[in-house]
Amino acid sequence: MAVQTVATPSRPAPWRDPKIRAIAVQVVFVAVLAAFVAFLVHNTIVNLRRQNIATGFGFLDREAAFGIGESLIPYSPADTYARAFLVGLVNTLYVSALGIVLATLLGTVMGLARLSSNWLVAKLAAIYVETFRNIPLALQLLFWWALLRGSAPPPREAWELLPGVFISNRGITFPVPFAEAAYFWMAIAFAAGLVVAFAVRRWAKRRQERTGQQFPTGWAGLGLALGLPAIVFLGYGLPLRLDVPALRGFNFAGGTAMSPEFGALLIGLVVYTGTFIAEIVRAGILAVSWGQSEAAMALGLRSGQRMRLVVLPQALRVIIPPMTSEYLSLTKNSSLAVIIGYPDLVSIANTTLNQTGQAVEGIAMIMAVYLAISLLISLFMNLYNRAVALVER
Amino acid sequence: MADIDIAEEIPLPAQQRPPVVTSGVIGWLRANLFNSVFNTILTILAVYLLVLTVPPLIRWAFIDAVWDAPNGQACRGEGACWAFIGEKWRFIFFGRFPYDAQWRPLFVVVIIIGLVLASCDRRLWGRRLVLLWPAGLVMVGVLMSGGVFGLRYVPSEYWSGLPLTLILAVVGMLFAFPFAILLALGRRSNLPAVRVVSVAYIELVRGVPLITVLFMASVMLPLFLPEGVTIDKLLRAQVAFILFAAAYLAEVIRGGLQAIPKGQIEAADALGLGYWRRTRLIVLPQALAMVIPPLVNNFIGAFKNTSLVLIIGLFDLLNTANTALTDSNWQGFASETYVFVAAIYFCFCFFMSRYSQRLERTLNRGHRR
Repeated sequence: MAVQTVATPSRPAPWRDPKIRAIAVQVVFVAVLAAFVAFLVHNTIVNLRRQNIATGFGFLDREAAFGIGESLIPYSPADTYARAFLVGLVNTLYVSALGIVLATLLGTVMGLARLSSNWLVAKLAAIYVETFRNIPLALQLLFWWALLRGSAPPPREAWELLPGVFISNRGITFPVPFAEAAYFWMAIAFAAGLVVAFAVRRWAKRRQERTGQQFPTGWAGLGLALGLPAIVFLGYGLPLRLDVPALRGFNFAGGTAMSPEFGALLIGLVVYTGTFIAEIVRAGILAVSWGQSEAAMALGLRSGQRMRLVVLPQALRVIIPPMTSEYLSLTKNSSLAVIIGYPDLVSIANTTLNQTGQAVEGIAMIMAVYLAISLLISLFMNLYNRAVALVER
Repeated sequence: MADIDIAEEIPLPAQQRPPVVTSGVIGWLRANLFNSVFNTILTILAVYLLVLTVPPLIRWAFIDAVWDAPNGQACRGEGACWAFIGEKWRFIFFGRFPYDAQWRPLFVVVIIIGLVLASCDRRLWGRRLVLLWPAGLVMVGVLMSGGVFGLRYVPSEYWSGLPLTLILAVVGMLFAFPFAILLALGRRSNLPAVRVVSVAYIELVRGVPLITVLFMASVMLPLFLPEGVTIDKLLRAQVAFILFAAAYLAEVIRGGLQAIPKGQIEAADALGLGYWRRTRLIVLPQALAMVIPPLVNNFIGAFKNTSLVLIIGLFDLLNTANTALTDSNWQGFASETYVFVAAIYFCFCFFMSRYSQRLERTLNRGHRR
């Protein structure tokens, strides 16, 4: 009897085996990349040694010896480079945070205005979006800066925009209330009001699920969050004294001033990013089909409820991801401050690396900080996105 | 037969005029501006805002404007000084390029705009365009730098103004494109090492501002090169642009790659095509066609971003305008200059964004029901 041999499927030759090929390709790829990086690092080390530039982050402990125009934290030229960096970081974060809030407000208003049934309002919003979206931000910043710094009059002839708000070539000066003990307790009352409002909301939701009875959570929450501080305010006997700027000599005394640099940067960032946010909001609302609104009307929802319960939750799903990237780009664009001389992180790092010559460390630090900010904003927005995203089975 | 008395006409109903309140100008106003209390308030506010801003603006830009003046002193007044632009427009457009040779950058601008316009025409899309671009760019290079055909040699530090802006944008995008395709393919690769490197590169570059990339190119690139090798400033900025734009383009292209149905790839495998042939013949043509509108938007962004090179001291359109402002005979005409330059940027960007919107509509026609 002949023995039948079952031919096992022959293994392909090693150079034809996809698995082995994949490994080989990756080994070659990584080796070439590593060689390239090693080449760059080697050149850098040789060049740095030749130019007698120190390496390492030791310079951070040395005295910075340069002044910074404006700072939210105490700083003097006698402080260290590390401190100067911190000043820049705080300034960047400050202008970005303020910019994000204001750009969101402006963008949302303009996006809604473009959808308005009012022809004039819709056209004006469209003109705003189309104009400011198509002009480079650097140019806009220079323009606002020239306007605030160069064209604005000296303090003596300052433009009074609103009572107490002056625009001069020293920046924008506006009144602020004097600090009072009551404000601290009002802040506490506000926080307490928010906590209670959340508790009320949970209770109302549970009650509605159980009994079907509704409770005006929104009004109750608003009342709690604003009412409690108002009671404290009344209890202290309405302590409100405004520090109104007044002309004294050649400049304003009192109030708070926003430097022309900061003003120009903030206006530029808000106006430029606002156009993109307006388009995102408009697209998001248009993405909710009209049938949804009709269905909500058929259920008997009022127009406010229709917006809040039906249209917005669906529009937000479309809006949040591109909004995240706008927030990120606003933060990154705040680095254009260096053009108009606002001391942000990049501007201070630039001064530092010009003084010390330690470009590699300076740029590495800027990049690390921006990467960290980017990752934080994405993380936060992704969490929020998960909260509004469609829950699928 | 009944006699019909023609003379006694049946009176026609009196010619009814269209109701005034629902049609015509008043009807339109009612429907579009005053259809509710809220809208009426909005309209009044908007009109008030317009009355507040538009007449002073027109007075500044036209009525009180000075169109002709020998120097800055003669130009001071309530209105804009357009005489300044009249004096400086050549410097703003062509900057430090030798004055008598400025027909060369003018031709460069014409060639680049021509190439871009040709690329906008869908009838020309194809192999011819692929040949036209290198030919055009060689001409641009010859015209700008000279040194051949009897043209005077002009070193790159004298290239400035609008031609420099256009060159940075166009060359940057062209060279970033193949790099971006590789990055996008790398990000979707099955090979972990390739994927990790691509993702790291894309996310790193997208996470930092363009300024830092430009700083890096201008400060660190010289350090990266072996001793004795130098690289000129313009090329450094151009490299920075290419590296930066590639990361953003890669994400756009990845969007197209992800939209290719899996069946297409399986069909290519069934035909026995290898990875590269499959990618070149089946995947990329479909993926790239899908992302043309976002590519145009990306190009607009790159064009606007070229204005950042003023930070590292290149004389692009914005920087020549800035330099023009430092003339001691003409002080304090920043607003006029920036408005003028903004109008130039606006023309380019607005045209491209309109084009991208139209393209999106025509390309989507097949998919829309």
